[in-house]
Amino acid sequence: MGLLHDPEVAERVERLELPFGPDGFDPWGVSKRDLVRWMSVLAWAYRHWFQVTTEGVAQIPARGRAMLVGNHSGGVAIDGAMVIASMLLEPEPPRLAQGMAEKFIAGLPFGSLIGRMGHLTGLPEHAERLLRDDRLLMVFPEGARGTAKLYWERDTLVDFGTGFMRLALATGAPIVPFAVVGGGEAFPTVMNLVKLGKLLGIPYLPVTAYLAPVPRRVPISIHYGEPIRFEGTGREEDEVIMERVEVVKQRVAALYADGARRRRSR
Amino acid sequence: MRVLIPGIAGSIGRLVAMRLKQGGHEIAGVDRRPWHGAAELGIEVHEVDIRKRAAEEVFRRFRPDAVVHMATVTHLTARSEDRYRINLYGTRAVFEHCHTYGAKRCLFVGRHTYYGAAADTPLYHPEEDPPMAVSTFPELGDLVAADLYAGTALWRYPAMDTLVLRLCYTLGPTLSGTLASFLRGKYVPMVLGFDPLFQFMHDHDAARAIVTALERGERGVWNVAGPPPMPLSTIVRRAGRTALPVAEPLLRFAMGRFGLPKLPRGAVTHIKFPVVIDDARFRAQAAWAPEHDAEATLDAFRRAAPL
Repeated sequence: MGLLHDPEVAERVERLELPFGPDGFDPWGVSKRDLVRWMSVLAWAYRHWFQVTTEGVAQIPARGRAMLVGNHSGGVAIDGAMVIASMLLEPEPPRLAQGMAEKFIAGLPFGSLIGRMGHLTGLPEHAERLLRDDRLLMVFPEGARGTAKLYWERDTLVDFGTGFMRLALATGAPIVPFAVVGGGEAFPTVMNLVKLGKLLGIPYLPVTAYLAPVPRRVPISIHYGEPIRFEGTGREEDEVIMERVEVVKQRVAALYADGARRRRSR
Repeated sequence: MRVLIPGIAGSIGRLVAMRLKQGGHEIAGVDRRPWHGAAELGIEVHEVDIRKRAAEEVFRRFRPDAVVHMATVTHLTARSEDRYRINLYGTRAVFEHCHTYGAKRCLFVGRHTYYGAAADTPLYHPEEDPPMAVSTFPELGDLVAADLYAGTALWRYPAMDTLVLRLCYTLGPTLSGTLASFLRGKYVPMVLGFDPLFQFMHDHDAARAIVTALERGERGVWNVAGPPPMPLSTIVRRAGRTALPVAEPLLRFAMGRFGLPKLPRGAVTHIKFPVVIDDARFRAQAAWAPEHDAEATLDAFRRAAPL
């Protein structure tokens, strides 16, 4: 109870438009019980620790397939967690944003259990099937290179992968660009220990300026932009795909710049 | 229709035979194991090895219109050399005899574990996914090979309709099969920190699916599953058992000791990661759906196997 059971979260989980069976699992193994428990923790962090402000929630399609595409920062994907919390807490009806986890996670003890919250191993098969199931997919096209950004790189974007664009074209899913501002300050990585990480079975171990792997209490803001719809099949040539990826990247960069400017002027 | 069932004495084999018999078909079976009481049901069972001459004699005399091949050994405790020979040479014999003696349809009953379980394999395998079990669970290699071999009959014997079914785990009153054996004891071992989705179907639904495929299924390879998958921990609890999460290195040591079931090394991978299949195509083309939901299936198991 308490931190693990937020009545508002429970009520919103109940209103998720997902095909939960009598045991409280959907066909992907998403568990209502686990959602309430862990989303309650995220909701607390969202409201009280990071005091997240969210703009542009009206841009999120109320139902049907869609892809949230945004920037990564801050060592441990706090950005992803806050986007997931915002999608449950802000729009009407609430939606479950489902992330694609790095492949190494499923091999770690307790790692695959994030599947109970809807976050499956990052495989193209999963992404495509979730979209065809009319789910809301959360994608960070910078991948692990994005979370590996150091503190002074927090305002930059590294190269976007192209898989998400082919997927959006093949499934006809609109892309909702977003920017998370403040993630890099919440988890100010000064160094990534790659060798030690490998020993632990993870890509790298982020080290913060103050050593402890605990996020700082800094405000975070999330900015959702207007959905972009691209026409195509997903089998276009690389150059065509790259151009469209660039369009999305520019939109994310613009949302970020705008959010960061307003944050500084606050 | 005259239907010959190699492997008829197994639990699902018997259910299939009885269901077909009730449907007005003429049934004969071949099995190394006896089925006492088959004669009273009007089913002739020949206690012979499918690879032997006597089995071919059954094909020659009975002249089946259709064959349901269930004579594969899955007990992983059976000596592997023997298993390989039965599963591979036996499957070859069945298809050759079908061809020689004019069967119009041959149905091979395979398993969904064909697709294998690993951290990086997707949920909901379509039929075209590769058989990763050869790497994740090498002990299943012969069953994978038998499945693929059966599939070659589609081009080797184009005049015959070959159907390869990949069934998920079965559970229910017969208490037979991999999952039923695994859930048999009071305590069910799990790998600490892992709780994969498992797919299972009621024994009677498995038999119904086989009969449906035989009667009206199209040639090809088909996944067959039951209700939506569930986490293993939930299945254990709903089966009235107690899950015993054990750290992986300890679990490998404890298997076969302290009253825990003995499992081959690859089996541990299959309780860490899911094997979940997409059966949408079979449901659509054969107009088939399971009659028992997860609750009814687990209830049937629990009633048949009280602690």
